[in-house]
Amino acid sequence: MSRRISIWKNLDWLTVIVYLVFLFIGWVSIYSAVYDDAHSSIFDTTQRYGKQLIWILAAVVIALAVLMTDNKLFLFFSYFFYAFAILMLVAVLFFGTEINASQSWFQFGGIQIQPAEFAKLATALALAQFLSNTKQKIHDPRVLTNSTLIIMLPVMLILLQPDVGSSLVFFSFILVLYREGLTGWVIFLFILFGVLSVLALLMNEINMLAMLVLTSFAALLIIVRDVKLTIRGVLIFTVVAATVLIFFRLAGQPAQLDTQLVIAAAAASLVLFVLSAMSRLRGVQLVLGILFTAILYTYSVDYVFDNVLMPHQRSRINIVLGFDDDPLGQSYNINQSKIAIGSGGLTGKGFLQGTQTKFNFVPEQSTDFIFCTIGEEWGFAGSLVLLALFVLFLLRLVYMAERQRSPFARIYGYAVISVFFTHLVINIGMTIGVVPVIGIPLPFISYGGSSMWAFTIMLFILLKFDAERMEFLK
Amino acid sequence: MKDHFSDRKYIIGAMIVLPVLFFIIRLFILQVLDPSYQLSASSNVLRNVTQYPSRGLIYDRNGELLVYNEPAYDLMVVPAQLAPFDTVEFCAILEIDREYVDTEIARAREYSRFRSSLFLKQISARTYAVLQEKMYKFPGFYVQPRTLRKYSNEIAAHVLGYVGEVDRRMIEENPGYAMGDYIGITGVEKTYEEELRGEKGVSRFLVDVHNRIMGSYQDGRFDLPATVGNDITLSLDASLQAYGEKLMQNKIGSIVAIEPSTGEILSLVSSPAYHPELLVGRVRTRNFRQLSSDTLKPLFNRALMAHYPAGSSFKVINGLIALQEGIIDDASRLTCPGHYTVGRLTIRCRHHVTPVAMPAAIQVSCNTYFSHIFRDLLDHPKYGSVTAGFNVWHDHVKSFGLGERLDADFPNELRGFVPPPTYYDRFYGENRWRSLQVVSLSLGQGELSVTPVQMANMTAAIANRGYYITPHILKDVANSGFEPSFREKNYTTIDSVWFEPVIEGMYRAVHGPDGGTARIAQVPGLDICGKTGTAENPHGDDHSVFIAFAPRDNPKIAISVYVENAGFGAAMAAPIASLVIEKYLNGEIAGNRKWLEQRMLEADFINRLVAETDEQEN
Repeated sequence: MSRRISIWKNLDWLTVIVYLVFLFIGWVSIYSAVYDDAHSSIFDTTQRYGKQLIWILAAVVIALAVLMTDNKLFLFFSYFFYAFAILMLVAVLFFGTEINASQSWFQFGGIQIQPAEFAKLATALALAQFLSNTKQKIHDPRVLTNSTLIIMLPVMLILLQPDVGSSLVFFSFILVLYREGLTGWVIFLFILFGVLSVLALLMNEINMLAMLVLTSFAALLIIVRDVKLTIRGVLIFTVVAATVLIFFRLAGQPAQLDTQLVIAAAAASLVLFVLSAMSRLRGVQLVLGILFTAILYTYSVDYVFDNVLMPHQRSRINIVLGFDDDPLGQSYNINQSKIAIGSGGLTGKGFLQGTQTKFNFVPEQSTDFIFCTIGEEWGFAGSLVLLALFVLFLLRLVYMAERQRSPFARIYGYAVISVFFTHLVINIGMTIGVVPVIGIPLPFISYGGSSMWAFTIMLFILLKFDAERMEFLK
Repeated sequence: MKDHFSDRKYIIGAMIVLPVLFFIIRLFILQVLDPSYQLSASSNVLRNVTQYPSRGLIYDRNGELLVYNEPAYDLMVVPAQLAPFDTVEFCAILEIDREYVDTEIARAREYSRFRSSLFLKQISARTYAVLQEKMYKFPGFYVQPRTLRKYSNEIAAHVLGYVGEVDRRMIEENPGYAMGDYIGITGVEKTYEEELRGEKGVSRFLVDVHNRIMGSYQDGRFDLPATVGNDITLSLDASLQAYGEKLMQNKIGSIVAIEPSTGEILSLVSSPAYHPELLVGRVRTRNFRQLSSDTLKPLFNRALMAHYPAGSSFKVINGLIALQEGIIDDASRLTCPGHYTVGRLTIRCRHHVTPVAMPAAIQVSCNTYFSHIFRDLLDHPKYGSVTAGFNVWHDHVKSFGLGERLDADFPNELRGFVPPPTYYDRFYGENRWRSLQVVSLSLGQGELSVTPVQMANMTAAIANRGYYITPHILKDVANSGFEPSFREKNYTTIDSVWFEPVIEGMYRAVHGPDGGTARIAQVPGLDICGKTGTAENPHGDDHSVFIAFAPRDNPKIAISVYVENAGFGAAMAAPIASLVIEKYLNGEIAGNRKWLEQRMLEADFINRLVAETDEQEN
């Protein structure tokens, strides 16, 4: 008995309250989004809002159950959970129900379960287990390989469904690795290549190339602080590139001009890279290495975009980049969503007064696009409050993760943070048109039992560890 | 237990805060700064007005316009945007009463507060003009332009079909439709709904508190223009159709004319008909009720749905089957004593020259001859049993497109009935029936039943000497890369050589010396080949039947005519068919046949029927 009392006492009530507020906001927003005069009771279980209330009550029960569970269970059985999740991901490929062209759901009577949601939890546990147990540093090749395997296995299986949105979430676990000591360069490169991907699609290849080369030499100049050396580098670069181009001319132009330029620049930067490596100029070496990779990378991004992606994926990316201004085609969702949010103004139209998010102007208005309803009816003020609550929530979780004494709990905490954070950024970014349309829910707010329960379990396992952090010293 | 990397929590914290900060700035721009997305929620509303496409036009084979559109206006209401208004004035403009206003608003509110509902259908252009000036007084109401079908001529109602509003069931079946949309319900309007309907669009307007349109939302960036439907061209010949309908006035029955080489339907008359405009717009419901309670069933498309006996016209098919099966050759003659008697059964025959071979047998429509060869066929030892012989006959008959839906491009065609052997097995017991019991089939009577379009198609197959192309009404669809879908030749099971003696008989029936049955159908200069029929009608006077095609070589038209209760085929059906053929091939009726045309136009079997019924009741 005494132990249970201590749980209630040590539970992080701030987080729990914010969690409950999220659930309430979600329920009310769904009510407003699908409001129907004929079913005006918010408790009407034939409607989505009534059902959401049932899911919420179930979530509370699940949360209590998690708090009652001995958390050694999660510790000892983490690999077992992981194996089970992988098994479910394989099974869903064969026995799952296809919804919206991806086979990612199990149907049990009226309830749909999406194994990918639970795979996030299982992967978080497995990753925490592995990283907290290893004696090696994180840069040890075996540790890196195994962590990558743990993360990528579910990604591959989910991509087979195919559900790009859910698989993207797993990449956020890189944040966990970073916290555990992975060099910041990885994050830097991650962001750098993300930016490069966008730029590569936005700019034509020659401009892109020019920009890359100029930025690199500027960076070089800043790092070495030696004008002469830089000029020498530029000269060598120009000579090598020119040689390659002349060679092409002599060989009778087998490729297009932009391809020739890319090859010339790549060759020139490779030569400089080798020269700098021989003269042991570390900073120079690094910049040139990045330049070389960047050139090849931008070229491959264009290639992948034109030859590998499906047409609908291409068009979603095009919309966000502003290429397609076709309000009736693929950009319909985003435009509707922006109209709805934009029409909310500073203070919004008021509860149930939204006109744009009702009746199918916005698709998926109660699931992935639930933020539209909030933006329209509560305006900028409401959006600001909700986002502020999410930041408060996430920072509180960071604080909570950091105060754990056991590495397992800390690593698990960061995994949970990564998942929530990615969902938040992708979901909100999508509704305001800065991220391509990737259908993933807003945690605790969007309609649906499966994701809500998975998020609840994730959160309450962390809360349980946190409440017992004093007696839990692994 | 501190680790080396705990300071990274600050970087991670920053990584969380930065994108959210970016979102907040973006939202501030979107919601507060950017006026293009700005809608002052309290005073402005966004109105989505559906742009209904006008349906495609319908032309006849010669490019004559049959169906077009005229504008109409629906008054719509959005309950959530209603404000108190002067109901007296409102009712006065629209010529409605207060009660109507209350019930319609209540109904709209029940459907949805935010979505628009139809308040008053199809107000006139004049009412619309008056209302338009006063609209500012009635917030929540707006006018939705629509189009209604309009017809150039009072013809072809059954072919064209009509358009109506979708009902709940149709919406469930076709999710592309919404309440208030129009959809083709019968005829060409239904079959070619997809080609005709076009695509709906939407316009977004900003409307202020005074119900005034302030302009297009975002300069129409989010508007979707409506796409008009595709125009279609029918194979129908409008003047021939009009002529056929005129000939059939005051008669019950049907004319179907087909171009044999293409299967194109030139004319499809079902009588009595109705004016297609009766089923357009506000008056539709009332007229529909009236038409469907009419005892003469004007809505019923007899050409496709009426089941008739084939009558003696069917003898040509039995003749072809006998020739094909080698039961008789075209030179063998049979003697006709004026009746066909076996035991207690006697089938009477008309008085005619005897003995007769195949052509003459068709020419004079000899019952004896056809009873003989039909029974010889069933009883022929090479089949082993009557059932087997009957099966041979059954398969031949079906190859002429009888007993099954032809799958012409009409929504409700019936299949007729060609009895299979099992039908008689059920009736008499297996192998317990003999050829004599089904001998009436030899004369096109008995259990056999056909539709007029099947008879016309069968005639086309004879005209083509052994094949038909599925009859159809569509000739072309504009702007659609139209590919004609009816081109395949459906071969009958009869070799083409056997058609000549039968066609010779049909030719002689019209032109022949020594008593052709259809000499009244003779038109100088036209090689009409035909066969009369009299379909026995247990409920009253027999139906007059005639099938024909012309010219004999390279036929341009094949036709079937049914006139109910008009007696012998030669009495009504043959003259009507000959007039239609003459009109089609010559363009006009020769002076020496005007009297016949006059007689056909004046013939009246409906009022006579009514008069007789009255007499009986008295």
